[in-house]
Amino acid sequence: MDKHQYDPHTMSNDDVLTTRLDSLVNFFREKGVNWARRNSLWPLPFATACCGIELMATGASRYDVARFGAEVMRFSPRQSDLLICAGRVAIKMMPVLQRIYLQMAEPKWVISMGACASTGGVFDTYAVVQGVDQFLPVDIYVPGCPPRPETLIEGIMAIQRIVDRDGITPSSRRGKGLRLVAEPMYQIDTPPSSKTGAA
Amino acid sequence: MATPEQILAAVNTRFPTLRLELKPLLTRGDVPGDQMYIRVKPADLLDVLRFLRDDGRTRFEQLIDLTCVDYLNFPGASDRYGVIYSLLSLTHNHRIWIKCFVNDPRPTLPTATAIWPGAEWMERELYDMFGIVFEGHPDLRRILTWDGFEAHPLRKDYPLRGKGERENYPVLNRDDA
Ligand code: SF4
Repeated sequence: MDKHQYDPHTMSNDDVLTTRLDSLVNFFREKGVNWARRNSLWPLPFATACCGIELMATGASRYDVARFGAEVMRFSPRQSDLLICAGRVAIKMMPVLQRIYLQMAEPKWVISMGACASTGGVFDTYAVVQGVDQFLPVDIYVPGCPPRPETLIEGIMAIQRIVDRDGITPSSRRGKGLRLVAEPMYQIDTPPSSKTGAA
Repeated sequence: MATPEQILAAVNTRFPTLRLELKPLLTRGDVPGDQMYIRVKPADLLDVLRFLRDDGRTRFEQLIDLTCVDYLNFPGASDRYGVIYSLLSLTHNHRIWIKCFVNDPRPTLPTATAIWPGAEWMERELYDMFGIVFEGHPDLRRILTWDGFEAHPLRKDYPLRGKGERENYPVLNRDDA
């Protein structure tokens, strides 16, 4: 029998790699791409106030958000897929936040962390946005002032559940290919003809 | 180090016609504090400030702070805005406060940027928060609020929650992104 054919009963030590790859393929067929996505969220820390300190604690060793795959804090919106809005947002800052949100590539999710980001908190003044959800689509609200790191991790886990639920269908149900349709966002113009211009 | 009385005496020998006086900046109950201010009219402000910086007895090299109080509806107040210059002499290690009152409809003061260049941003802040116009300022724009903002929020007659400025921003939804 071919040594590299998969049969658990005749498996020898040499075959470990082949069997693992095989179960990995099965695993992905069941869990789908979402398993990879949910466990490698790259947050953008939009930390504007005291909640940012708790966000840092969440990333540090004691709470270690790396256990949930979300430790890669990226300060470039192009590289991140989870916007964590931590802290109050001044009205002057809101266009910046909106622009950052627009610059993030799909798929993307937003956590509004803390009382201020979610409602304005105690800062009911002319200068503070009364909840970023008035101007941005928010997926998860993390309550607290500031939320403890456990609460934020709970919020990240909630995002993971959203990824599981709304994500791409596993290939065991979908068949081959991702079946994602990319529509061009722009119309390709016919190239200008040099002859018509020179007439 | 000179006492406030000595500083005042130095100013009064240079400007005898102004007849300036010392007043306590704060009082607790009936007890006056030991920080004293000199009230100056807007027209004399720059001369007095420049003298305080340049004279050997005073030498106020540093404008520590520039701030304002809105005395709207304050009991016994006759003027509305009190602009306060807080001065420190690094040479003599003494301080003095200069207070200058201005009024609506267009509270105006001459700029102190020629005396202390650091006054530039502080004057911008006063313009932003209280609407006090500093004439001759090189760049009198808002510094904290955004450019489209119309009001002067630290005035007492401005409502805390604003006048709807925070509601009229564009809203993003998922389809935009
Ligand atoms: S919710 Fe509390 S901790 Fe968070 S930014 Fe607001 S005041 Fe600070």
